[in-house]
Amino acid sequence: MHIPRKEEEIVKRTISRNDDFRVLQHNIKRPEGIDKVTGKAIYIDDLQTENHLYGKTIRSTVAHGILKNIHFKDGIPWDEFVIVTAKDIPGKNVVTLIEDDQPYLCEREIMHKAEPLALIAHEDKHLVEKALNYVEVEVEELPAIFSIEDSQQNKVTLQQSNLTNEFHVGLKEISEDVWTECDQIIEGTYETGAQEQLYIETQGIIGQVDFDGDAIKKVSVWGSMQCPFYIVKALMPLFDVEETQVRVVQTETGGGFGGKEEYPNILSGHAALLSWKAGGRPVRMIYDRQEDLWATTKRHPSKITIKTGFKSDGTLHAMDIDLNLNAGGYITLTPLVLSRALLHCWGPYRCANTSANARAWLTNSIPFGAFRGFGTPQAVFAMELHINKCAAELNIDPAELRRKNLLQYGDTMPTGQVMDEKIDLDFLLDRSLEKSDYVNRRQQIEQFNQSQKSSGGLKRRGIGLCMNFHGGTFAGSGETHMNSHVAMTLDAKGHVDILAGQVEYGQGTITTFVQIASEVLGIPVEWISKHQPDTDVVPDSGPTVASRTTIVVGKMVERCSQALLKKLSEVGLNKDYTANEFQQAAQAYHNKHNELLYVKVKFEAPPDQLEWNEETYEGAAYAAYTWKCDILEVEVDLVDYSAKCDKFISVVECGRVLNPIIAAGQIEGGNAQALGFGLYEDTVLQEGGMANNQYTNYIIPTTADIPEMDIEFIEFPYLDYGPYAAKGIGELPIDAPAAAVAAAVAHAMGNHFICDIPILPEKIMVVAEQAEGI
Amino acid sequence: MRSYLPDYPVINPTSLDEALEVLAAKSNIKPLAGGTDIMVYMDTGVFPASTLLNLYSIQDFSKTPEFSDGHLKLNPLSTYQHARTDQAIVNAFPLLAIAAKEISVLAVQSRATWIGNVANASPAADGVPALMAYDAMLKLSSKDGQREVPLHQFYQGYKQMDLQPNELITEIQLPPLDPGWKDYYRKVGTRRFQAISKTLLAGRIKLNEGRVIEDIRLVFASVAPYTLRAVQTESVLRSRPLTPEIIDEAAQAIQDEISPIDDIRSTETYRRQVTTNLIRDFLNSNLTK
Ligand SMILES: Cc1cc2nc3c(=O)[nH]c(=O)nc-3n(C[C@H](O)[C@H](O)[C@H](O)COP(=O)(O)OP(=O)(O)OC[C@H]3O[C@@H](n4cnc5c(N)ncnc54)[C@H](O)[C@@H]3O)c2cc1C
Repeated sequence: MHIPRKEEEIVKRTISRNDDFRVLQHNIKRPEGIDKVTGKAIYIDDLQTENHLYGKTIRSTVAHGILKNIHFKDGIPWDEFVIVTAKDIPGKNVVTLIEDDQPYLCEREIMHKAEPLALIAHEDKHLVEKALNYVEVEVEELPAIFSIEDSQQNKVTLQQSNLTNEFHVGLKEISEDVWTECDQIIEGTYETGAQEQLYIETQGIIGQVDFDGDAIKKVSVWGSMQCPFYIVKALMPLFDVEETQVRVVQTETGGGFGGKEEYPNILSGHAALLSWKAGGRPVRMIYDRQEDLWATTKRHPSKITIKTGFKSDGTLHAMDIDLNLNAGGYITLTPLVLSRALLHCWGPYRCANTSANARAWLTNSIPFGAFRGFGTPQAVFAMELHINKCAAELNIDPAELRRKNLLQYGDTMPTGQVMDEKIDLDFLLDRSLEKSDYVNRRQQIEQFNQSQKSSGGLKRRGIGLCMNFHGGTFAGSGETHMNSHVAMTLDAKGHVDILAGQVEYGQGTITTFVQIASEVLGIPVEWISKHQPDTDVVPDSGPTVASRTTIVVGKMVERCSQALLKKLSEVGLNKDYTANEFQQAAQAYHNKHNELLYVKVKFEAPPDQLEWNEETYEGAAYAAYTWKCDILEVEVDLVDYSAKCDKFISVVECGRVLNPIIAAGQIEGGNAQALGFGLYEDTVLQEGGMANNQYTNYIIPTTADIPEMDIEFIEFPYLDYGPYAAKGIGELPIDAPAAAVAAAVAHAMGNHFICDIPILPEKIMVVAEQAEGI
Repeated sequence: MRSYLPDYPVINPTSLDEALEVLAAKSNIKPLAGGTDIMVYMDTGVFPASTLLNLYSIQDFSKTPEFSDGHLKLNPLSTYQHARTDQAIVNAFPLLAIAAKEISVLAVQSRATWIGNVANASPAADGVPALMAYDAMLKLSSKDGQREVPLHQFYQGYKQMDLQPNELITEIQLPPLDPGWKDYYRKVGTRRFQAISKTLLAGRIKLNEGRVIEDIRLVFASVAPYTLRAVQTESVLRSRPLTPEIIDEAAQAIQDEISPIDDIRSTETYRRQVTTNLIRDFLNSNLTK
């Protein structure tokens, strides 16, 4: 049922039509929406269990040291408690992810504050909280390091080397000759903080181990998560059991933003360990907000230095990027985050000479991990703010400097990947300038600032512009390695159930999959459901991360639907069937086979996909790119030095938009979270632990701090990699607005750039009070 | 780490006398009004084990404030919501309505009390500065009798109050206002709402015909161990004509009177600078009117 698109029809055309499709491009209702808003949806803390215990974690209060002893002091009936320490662990004490460096429970060397040391459980929820105060941990403290600089300078060496990974793209180095060909060389260093995901539902898992005599029969966990199959892989070695002996069930999940990509591996291990030690009683481990903020991963802090050389006409000629991430105390997903940061760091520009190097460094901070954007927001912040800074120094309008250097169809990226999508970034920029009335607004703002200055006024305004791309799916050949599957069942009544490991955590997975299947199958959306991710039932379709759900797994839903139709054609379903005839065919199939119709498809890489070389970092890094331009305005108040964003437009290219409201929601949410990253969200790390681990002190913007946003989708013609030419959209929006808002603040402050985010009022004050002419 | 709930028994007195009796007879009693501060302390485990005296069970306390002949009396169950919605109060004491609106969200505003804000003695309290700017008087009751303390003399140090363990704050009284005052209230937090003040000014000024400052109130949050009425800076300004020069003098004087600190929410430098800016903003806005 593929509908071929006429290229000329789509180029430079904004999306407002929904006439081509029956279901796609329409705002169908979320199938799970009513249950969510009426409180019927079952989140992990709502899940009823019997005879359960409440589990708690004893954590390190030092950043680096040797664990000597754990004392359980008088005043608590310890004999009623279940206690697990590293010694008890039946299998391997390693959180399975990329490296084998992180234990479930510390055995000897403590690497960061909040590191889990032991677990306790009791049936009295309040007593188990109180008991934590009666535990004394004996530690021999060791010197610790917290910053990228201290790690680079080897002030303390952690594990074998502080450098966890190093990747390189482009020229080995940029030669002196090339630099001398440039008329102006501009350098800048950019830093970003440890943003917290702050999903509304805290982390929570219920674990239960079933026994067969003394032997483990089954290890089961239920909970809030993004990647059920990661947890299966993590629990197998922990208990030394087979894949079939582990069952992971995702319950309704209240947000993830990457924060529930790898952390639930640890929590699942903890809950299951306590249940195992308790002889199989279910163990509930639901973090409260403080523990969640204190113990779980955040965005990797970064420090990025960019040196660029320009020709006198503004042509970008050389670009040298040195990208560094703080990994924290364990490696977690750092190599992948680092790789993604590197693969986005040069921005949507053409440049004859590029050299980019990326390194990640161990410290004794809490481990940093996955967060929407996955390294990209750090890289894009640096490059996009740098381009604005260059524009100021070159005295060229930031829009014009970009236009001069925008990547074009057929250009080669620093990885050697040829841009073979028919991109038209000039159009993206033009639409954005038009929509925001950029040229006039910039002029009006400068006049406004002049008149404020001369009248002693205390308001300043600024406008900021940024552009970026985001590579969807896993980088390189990741998807092929992943080997994802999607399945479907059809019952006699014509009800279709989609089986995939993808989770719904608010972003619209269920709706999107149901829409795609409905479009292909030609049946109402009400006849289709998506099965709850339960690893005993659904196939592994890969994790719910990396903007891959729609483009990769959605495509498999499309192919699986086609496979299902093929099966039905065997029982006489004709070409132009009605929904009624579909039902009859379903019945006919069951009459004939007397079983559920089950079809399954496997990921297939597009035949023409370019190779990716993991060693040299050359080739096609991503199968598809999405594009965006943000233009926003801020008002800076010189009484309290606050910067408030009060105008915001985004123009977005993400292939075909399957559900306009969900897509716009992703953009608005990503933009808002990015404004938090740029202006508000400050994780105060004291000795690597989050000191402001409360909602009241970790400031995220509220609706009162976020302007209404004007969002527009455009389409570039695109090879049909995704379903119906859709791409992913989850991460694209969060990449650039932090730089746009920083650029707008700089514009308001007479081109004084604040290059480390969040740009808190305290930082604006320093510029306002010290710089001339503000 | 959370507090252990069984460590906090609750007593439910039905009359004020009974409550005062309990306070006189037992030690380690904590009045419980809206509980919006207490609940946060319990959540963070910093509230010492004690017996809670539930003020909601006392029949004598009506929730609605008493307002007659320009006198306003807030009782132990009067919430911010009352000050926001009672139009007579909004007109008579606008700072109360503005402060009430700045405190958290409706859910908290409908539960949290003015007296709880006073007795919690946080230097960052947002309700106290508005009350203090209106020369609020506190009525303290115990089994032995009653006494009155001006709010601006109530605090003696960080969380130190002129309040005995057997006493309950039973009323906040605001005297009638004479005409001619101009009010100013500005709270500075990192975001627009739901923010703990990094500094705040509740100011009132009365200028006479010749632009001379007849009287003034300058009350600040979060720049001293407790809500600070800047009496010295007030006296620099009182009886002097309002001019740019005197504004400079006041901006100088306030620096000696405040003692802000660095903490996880902000820095001393920022609080000093913005506090000065607030005084200037307040006085400048009256310069030309
Ligand atoms: C989400 C949230 C947001 C908040 N935002 C703000 C804000 O923006 N600004 C702000 O100032 N505050 C804020 N608060 C704090 C709190 O709401 C206020 O301080 C409130 O006024 C406290 O009143 P209460 O009735 O809840 O006090 P309670 O918590 O019941 O009591 C507070 C203290 O006062 C004592 N007490 C209460 N009544 C009496 C009495 N009659 N006599 C003697 N002692 C008494 C109690 O023993 C306790 O020590 C916030 C709280 C929350 C939970």
